[in-house]
Amino acid sequence: MPLDQSVIATDTGGGTMLITRSLLRRFAAATGQHDPVYIDVDAARAAGHPDLPVPPTFFFSVDLESADPAVYLADLGVDLRTVLHGEQEFIHHRMAHAGDELSTTSRIVDVSSKKGGLLEFLRRETAVRGQDGAIVCVTRTVLVVRSPPAAARQEAR
Amino acid sequence: MNIAAYEVGTQLPSLEIPPISRTTLALFAGASGDHNPIHIDLDVAKSAGLEDVFAHGMLSMAYLGRLLTSAFPQHRLRSWKVRFTAITPVHAAPTCTGTVSAIDEADGERLAIIDVRVTTDSGVETLLGQAVIALD
Repeated sequence: MPLDQSVIATDTGGGTMLITRSLLRRFAAATGQHDPVYIDVDAARAAGHPDLPVPPTFFFSVDLESADPAVYLADLGVDLRTVLHGEQEFIHHRMAHAGDELSTTSRIVDVSSKKGGLLEFLRRETAVRGQDGAIVCVTRTVLVVRSPPAAARQEAR
Repeated sequence: MNIAAYEVGTQLPSLEIPPISRTTLALFAGASGDHNPIHIDLDVAKSAGLEDVFAHGMLSMAYLGRLLTSAFPQHRLRSWKVRFTAITPVHAAPTCTGTVSAIDEADGERLAIIDVRVTTDSGVETLLGQAVIALD
């Protein structure tokens, strides 16, 4: 199903996340990060941080902190199995640390298609703000929606 | 190496990652909040016509983040952008590299542009992008 241009500027929700040391340590463990600055509070403080720093790609996860972060795709009729991550950009304004409460607002900024609609591109922009309302990070995401394989289409009928 | 000495052609110390296990994919799904089952559930991957699960693109970008923050303090990272040029199969072992491609200046800040790349042990390039860092 082609994505309609009318979805541009659609607000796709967002989330609020209280950043805890535990969340950051789990992310470090999952990504093989052993640098003590990202795990050990004393090492973080010795490096000049007030607490464990939020690593650069973790800002992507703040927007996933809602009951059903992919609901906007389902609302657009997109099968999550056909979605690939195409591009990702981060513009960092300042650091964030454990103890901060970060919030996001996201919207779809563009949709386009290639190969006669076999591939569709959905661009989203997300602003991540601190508890003071100031921007911490802006993320830009391109999702690629592939035309579902024949087998999956059959099943969906 | 001190980043003040960065010049065009400077290579960041590369980061070699062991083969990505299914456990890593499960832990990353939980830790990142990306619960898309295509990365962790073989049944779902097969229903989409795939032979197996594949790694989250953001897992590889997190590895690239480690490459960058091992080379310089994170607060120097101004922006970065990558394209995911191929999927990373489970069991692939990615290597992250970065090379300074330009020294620039903007808003009174000296900036280094770093070309970043991730390739698997099969030689497939999976991520390609650029990072902008403040030098002083």
